[in-house]
Amino acid sequence: MGYFLQQLINGLTLGMIYGLIAIGYTMVYGIIGMINFAHGEIFMIGAFISIITFLALGLVGVGWVPLALLIVLLATMLLTSVYGWALERVAYRPLRSSPRLAALITAIGMSIFLQNYVQLLQGARNKPLQPVITGGMRFLEDGEFAVNFSFLQMLIIALTIALMIGFTLLINRTALGRSQRACQQDLGMAALIGIDVDRTISLTFIMGASLASVAGLMFLLNYGVIDFYIGFLAGVKAFTAAVLGGIGSVPGAMLGGLLIGLIEAFWSAYFSVEYKDVAAFAILVLVLIFRPTGLLGKPDVEKV
Amino acid sequence: MSVLRVEGLHAGYGHIEALHGVDIDVAEGEIVTLIGANGAGKSTLLMSICGNPRASRGRIEFLGEDITRLPTHAIVRRGLAQSPEGRRIFPFMSVLENLQMGASTTDARHFDADLERVFTLYPILRERRQQRAGTLSGGEQQMLAIGRALMSRPKLLLLDEPSLGLAPLLVRQIFSVIREINVRDRVTVFLVEQNAYHALRLAHRGYVMANGKIVLSGSGQDLLANPEIRKAYLEGGR
Repeated sequence: MGYFLQQLINGLTLGMIYGLIAIGYTMVYGIIGMINFAHGEIFMIGAFISIITFLALGLVGVGWVPLALLIVLLATMLLTSVYGWALERVAYRPLRSSPRLAALITAIGMSIFLQNYVQLLQGARNKPLQPVITGGMRFLEDGEFAVNFSFLQMLIIALTIALMIGFTLLINRTALGRSQRACQQDLGMAALIGIDVDRTISLTFIMGASLASVAGLMFLLNYGVIDFYIGFLAGVKAFTAAVLGGIGSVPGAMLGGLLIGLIEAFWSAYFSVEYKDVAAFAILVLVLIFRPTGLLGKPDVEKV
Repeated sequence: MSVLRVEGLHAGYGHIEALHGVDIDVAEGEIVTLIGANGAGKSTLLMSICGNPRASRGRIEFLGEDITRLPTHAIVRRGLAQSPEGRRIFPFMSVLENLQMGASTTDARHFDADLERVFTLYPILRERRQQRAGTLSGGEQQMLAIGRALMSRPKLLLLDEPSLGLAPLLVRQIFSVIREINVRDRVTVFLVEQNAYHALRLAHRGYVMANGKIVLSGSGQDLLANPEIRKAYLEGGR
């Protein structure tokens, strides 16, 4: 029971991180119909900006943890969104009316480019960070084993839930969210009622990147070590999450992220750690075969 | 004063040109209709007035201003609204949200009054305000598309085949609302129709398009009486 509970906590934490990244995939797909394969790299850049900000704050002597965390959070969201914005502006916008394949190949190219860009600037070695948030709650103690719910995990879960609630309200209740949904449903018609489509697409990339940057910060805090290559695996897993939840659906991305995190945690715990990635990708294959619209996705039909 | 003036417009999709030099003039307060067979280029003309597809040659003026090179959203923000071919309502939004989208370019202070006006014109939309727009019937979707266009308080309303696929009773209703919008709300209307009989009876003036060119124009009455028009567009179907 204790073991199960521990895996549940670990899986939830992991799932929150995947979910935050997956939202970026699903929003971009929803609005311009392309898979932004460079999104994992945006997440990685978010993690790097976080570690750089942490070290810089250490140098100037900001020691109080909540303040340092807040500054890092804001800095990484802000700076990473600039990358997300620039990515769309430079690489995708000129190709918007080209065949989809061109945009897809460009996305893969941008992914390779951004990896190498960070590798060149920051070096290829692992970048470790001292644990920032330590301690936690222990319960259900049973001899050697106890369930450990760390403060960090609590923070990750709470912050993600807060962000997702805020984000859902933004999409469903505000004029900006309405414009975004209008663009998702019919880009040409959205322009015909006076929505600046280019601006809305830019904002989508900015939002996706800032959520991914928070995931990057969480990844850094959770694992304590990052390198230029972390975006690849996390990106593909989050993409799997988006497909599982139904690509184009924001609640689907959150749900898919959680499920992938849980599946990975339980698979590692009860079957084998080595094959946890296989489990996640087997799900991608199964979903694509049996339920291509995902769990919450909408099929492409409408009443005429 | 002319609200819309199109001069020598050429436009098309890719390498295929659909409009080969079109001239149109719509004066303030008028209802002008454009009739013609399928594939004549009527919808292309409406869309290219809104900048998509863009004119390859020619000039488009709206209220005296050259809008030929403006992006679509900038054109419609100048007071032009379109209810396009196929209605293109936002199917996964509620009726109310669709109308809110129509008002995205206007001052929020007008919103309640404008909404009330649309609900007065189409009472069924009030009943269905929380319903998902994709589940409306064809006629209701058409009303929603027109309502959404009206929510932007347009000076010029472009309508693309509002009667398409609707039962005769609904067609009559749609057309009587167009007249009311024109008379009471003083909205200038440019109406593309295949239902030539109703359109010409409603309109002050009409243009006839064939193969991407204007081939005939005149007052609604004259065109209705024209033997060529009768033969090509009227007889055998009302």
